[in-house]
Amino acid sequence: MLKILKYSFYDLMRSRWSYVYFLFYLLLGIVLLFLNNDLSKAVITLMNVIIILVPLIGTIFGVMYYYNSREFTELLLAQPVKRSSIFLGQYFGVATSLTMSLIIGLGMPFVFYGIFNSSAIWDFSLLLITGAFLTFIFTALAFVIALSNENRIKGFGYAILLWLFMAVIYDGLFLMSLLYFEDYPLDKFSLVATMLNPVDLSRVLILLKLDISALLGYTGAVFQKFFGTSFGLILSFVMLVFWVVVPTFFIWRIAKRKDF
Amino acid sequence: MIEIKDLYKKFGKNEVLKGIDLSIKEGGIFSILGPNGSGKTTLIKAILGMVLPDSGEISINGKSLKNDFKYRDKIDYLPQIANFPGNLKVNELIDMIKDLRASQATKDEELIELFKLQPFLNKKLANLSGGTKQKVNLVLTFMFDSPLIILDEPTSGLDPISHLRLKNLIFSEKEKGKTILVTSHILSFVEEIADEIVFLLEGKIYFKGTISELKSKTEQPDFEHAIASILSASYA
Repeated sequence: MLKILKYSFYDLMRSRWSYVYFLFYLLLGIVLLFLNNDLSKAVITLMNVIIILVPLIGTIFGVMYYYNSREFTELLLAQPVKRSSIFLGQYFGVATSLTMSLIIGLGMPFVFYGIFNSSAIWDFSLLLITGAFLTFIFTALAFVIALSNENRIKGFGYAILLWLFMAVIYDGLFLMSLLYFEDYPLDKFSLVATMLNPVDLSRVLILLKLDISALLGYTGAVFQKFFGTSFGLILSFVMLVFWVVVPTFFIWRIAKRKDF
Repeated sequence: MIEIKDLYKKFGKNEVLKGIDLSIKEGGIFSILGPNGSGKTTLIKAILGMVLPDSGEISINGKSLKNDFKYRDKIDYLPQIANFPGNLKVNELIDMIKDLRASQATKDEELIELFKLQPFLNKKLANLSGGTKQKVNLVLTFMFDSPLIILDEPTSGLDPISHLRLKNLIFSEKEKGKTILVTSHILSFVEEIADEIVFLLEGKIYFKGTISELKSKTEQPDFEHAIASILSASYA
């Protein structure tokens, strides 16, 4: 698997899109920091961008990479290599290179700005860690979608829908159900609902770390009470890992049974 | 060498292979023929483990292929469409496949010389023409010394000289006692190289034997007409 990962990674490192993605983050980091001059504010803005954009890029890149390398995958399938190694290798190759673009692209301006001497270092690290998780989660989901759909257009469609659902629609449904059932105690429901969507989970994790939970009112207090504890934090990370592991398992399973 | 027993495969509602029984002995060139959609590529892919049969058994040298992947080390496969990652250079691709097979004994330099690929070694695969890609494909296939070679439409996109070189290459591999499976639509090519042909029709084996046997069976003077008479009989 490591060999496939290595080659997928090299292949992507040379692709124009990896650089576009990298330069985008570099530019974003520079603009936010040097025009804004406030680390905490920059981190919040970045969070909003990352929470929406990272899943989108992960999904699109994952689907695109899978469909574009189809013939090459067939070449690999005829080699004495295990099926699961091919697909897991490709998946980790894509996810790793995207994560690298994110971490290096954002990391460089922050390092030059002097993040290491600032108290925002932990917020910033958390931001990068959740960004990395989101990349791995959504790339894996994209691979699952692409593997189960032979038709590219359908595959792209489902992938975009998935992103739209996770990033936008889920929140809408969540809010509507909160309004609709406002007569009932909803703390547990909202906690669980947040845990079940990696995008929401990442957002809440970062927001609470930034100590602006006061803005969230009563819910914020409930969330702070839960996510602020080490138990809540660990549980959140377990959930994020879970969100990586489950789709990865599906990649393995679908790849094993698929005809090429 | 290859034993196929009662092989069935369908894609959705489309039954592609309907009970194939085939045994291919070691050494010689076998050509798999058949009209479009008769299941040639599916059969080859089943041997390679890329298509998983619904039922039936395939074994190579007495070993079942189920849940095995190492046996592919003994097969060189030329896919029908040569498409490679565009960001790689030709020599990087060759090194990569060598690395994946962890094989030392290769003759890639000889083959690069044969197909005159030196000027392209440092070019990206995305910038190569279809014929040149097919030559790279051929180098990747023939550079290992495996006892079984499977070629799916090997002549597509090749110029006449390369075509000739490919034919000589196939013959020299046969001299070494290898088993070679070829699918092709170019009948003159098949007639020249094949020791035995297998004719697939609607997912079943219609005929297996030498070309002269086929001619006498169909009572036709030449190979092309023999094939044509099978096809017109089946579509009539």
